[in-house]
Amino acid sequence: MDPKLNNQIPVTNKKFTPLKLIRMIIIYGLLILMSIIILAPVLWIIGSSLNPGSSLFSSTMFPKNPTFKHYIELFTETDYKIWYFNTLKIATANMILSVIFTTLTAYVFSRFKFRGRKITIMTILILQMFPAFMSMTAVYVLLFRLNLLNTHLGLILVYASGQIPYNTWLCKGYFEGIPSSLDEAAKIDGASNLTIFRKIIIPLAKPIITFVAISNFIGPWFDFIFPQIVLRSSDKRTLALGLFQWIQENQNTYFTRFAAGSILVAVPITILFLFLQKYIVQGLSAGAIKG
Amino acid sequence: MKNSKKSMALSILFMGFGQFYNKEYLKGMIYFLIEVISIIFIPYFKKSIYGLITLGNIPLHYVDGIAEGDHSIFLLVDGLIATLLLTLVAIIYIINIIDAKKIGELREQGKAALTTKQFILYVWDKYFPQFILAIPMLFIIFFVLLPIVFTVSIAFTNYSSPNHLPPKNLVDWVGFKNFKQLFILDIWNNTFIGVAVWTVIWAIAATVTNYFTGLFMALIVNWKEVKLKKLWRSIFILPYAIPGFISLLIMRLMFSGPGPINNLLVSLGMDKIPWLTDPTLAKIMIVVINIWLGSPYWMALMSGVLTNIDKGMYEAADIDGGSKIQQFIHITLPIVLYQTSALIVMTFAHNFNNFQAIYLLTDGNPVNGNYRYAGSTDILISWIYKLTRDQNKYHMASVITIILFIFIASISAYSFTRTKSFKEEDMM
Repeated sequence: MDPKLNNQIPVTNKKFTPLKLIRMIIIYGLLILMSIIILAPVLWIIGSSLNPGSSLFSSTMFPKNPTFKHYIELFTETDYKIWYFNTLKIATANMILSVIFTTLTAYVFSRFKFRGRKITIMTILILQMFPAFMSMTAVYVLLFRLNLLNTHLGLILVYASGQIPYNTWLCKGYFEGIPSSLDEAAKIDGASNLTIFRKIIIPLAKPIITFVAISNFIGPWFDFIFPQIVLRSSDKRTLALGLFQWIQENQNTYFTRFAAGSILVAVPITILFLFLQKYIVQGLSAGAIKG
Repeated sequence: MKNSKKSMALSILFMGFGQFYNKEYLKGMIYFLIEVISIIFIPYFKKSIYGLITLGNIPLHYVDGIAEGDHSIFLLVDGLIATLLLTLVAIIYIINIIDAKKIGELREQGKAALTTKQFILYVWDKYFPQFILAIPMLFIIFFVLLPIVFTVSIAFTNYSSPNHLPPKNLVDWVGFKNFKQLFILDIWNNTFIGVAVWTVIWAIAATVTNYFTGLFMALIVNWKEVKLKKLWRSIFILPYAIPGFISLLIMRLMFSGPGPINNLLVSLGMDKIPWLTDPTLAKIMIVVINIWLGSPYWMALMSGVLTNIDKGMYEAADIDGGSKIQQFIHITLPIVLYQTSALIVMTFAHNFNNFQAIYLLTDGNPVNGNYRYAGSTDILISWIYKLTRDQNKYHMASVITIILFIFIASISAYSFTRTKSFKEEDMM
């Protein structure tokens, strides 16, 4: 291309025109407007949590006498601390178990040809289309029969098993993108299958494994449906279930407490998310975006 | 008789005998033990299968003040577990016969059977996939497959309150009666069609509004003259990062009768608006609120797609005098739509079953007198939830679940055939 022409383009672009000014005003106006819409509920709940009263009626976005007493209440008067610990425990266990199950299953499906492979993959594909949520009665009866009702183990097993089909599918697609010549070279050097998995596949598949790990860690913080089925007593509850029940039971006496409790859940999860958003967005679209 | 025939016959007679004949003692022992254990458990299998077929005959009665009687639902679960185990034994039995025949053939060709140690090493290498898969598969079978089979089975029983609720009453198999009822009885039929139509409208509206709002947000954030892109993007991604159930509950409170939005209206001298309690307005509000929650995901995704579009195309369009709007319609939109088509279908399927959005915002309410156990804003999945949790109409809930599953499965199947993971699999 003619270098002169190349220089001309930025120059014309920088030229100040009224049309451009109006356009920039509109764009910045929209950015600010959308930010307000997005931030308003967030600010409202933060404001509410600092209200001295307890009900929805009396709380305002900008309280006259802001107080942290509801945050203190959470730890002194309620089971909040236990719920936080429960959720952390379930989330961590679920994350570890899920990553082990999913990556191993996906590794086998992406690298080995064996009898029954196709039919198993097809079954997995169909199974993942059935929302786990729809079999809640069955899960309840099954856990009851296995004596796992009102235990965290029961909930973890339900979570970790339920995620296998979909995440295996996701990981399998990713693993297949790793050239199998790497495995073959390692095999010639005498590496066993498990060594290849540990030393080659895992390091190269970090983005997708990170995604599986985060999504399984975050899941239990969001979910109140399965805990509602599996967990009975207050000391076993998870945060989502506990908070949900406060609002469900009485939004007037527990409103500000709910607000404070929600913020303490949302802040760490949101920060974690913002830090890892690259992996999350990548994972959610893995294999689905046409390249 | 030939080696292979003889060992095969022995294996048919009793698992493991063929392997003993082939001098594979460890393998033979494993097969042998599996059959012995299965035989020991024959009474258990008989009882469980009998229970599955009858779902119990003895109604609840009291013996010395202690309740006794069959619990149909437990019998159903136990029966399903026993069937599963029996299927497993049958598969092992078949594998045992095939294996005996194969090794027999090898021996005919003069190849010696493996020693125990060789056998272990050989098996670990040859059946590595099966060993690794065993545990995850066991979990899938127990916690995913079994519940699905259970749910499907319930659709063919009369498991429901008030007259068929264990342990008080027994449950019976009723064949396709529930399916017929759903399509023949007006009250069920009307509810089903009404709720299904709203479900489809909701899923389409939610997907389309989120998609285009997300695209719009991505376009203005990535506009080349905009400064502080990172700050704007971080603000815009917030609703996606905040736990969904919290944002939904906050929204529910904000738009509730005594909530801050209505307070604001009152202080401005206006009347309160029944945001989430008027049937039509509630439906609109659910879609609107869902834009807040759902579009950031698309914004994040589209930012990636947009930055990958070849800039040369826009420059060429500029030189040809194409306006920004023309550029959007003829360059940006087709590329973005093409690249995200599979995801659109997946999001549609997700919204179709977006239980949280409905349940947390309105609970399916306001109540609709023409519907059976469903409110005006209920979608199929929240209706199923109500039928199960509040009404104990497990039988009808299962029937609707099956119909819903068939619908969603066909949509997902379509979108999955288009993913990369699938294309590399020569399954079609």
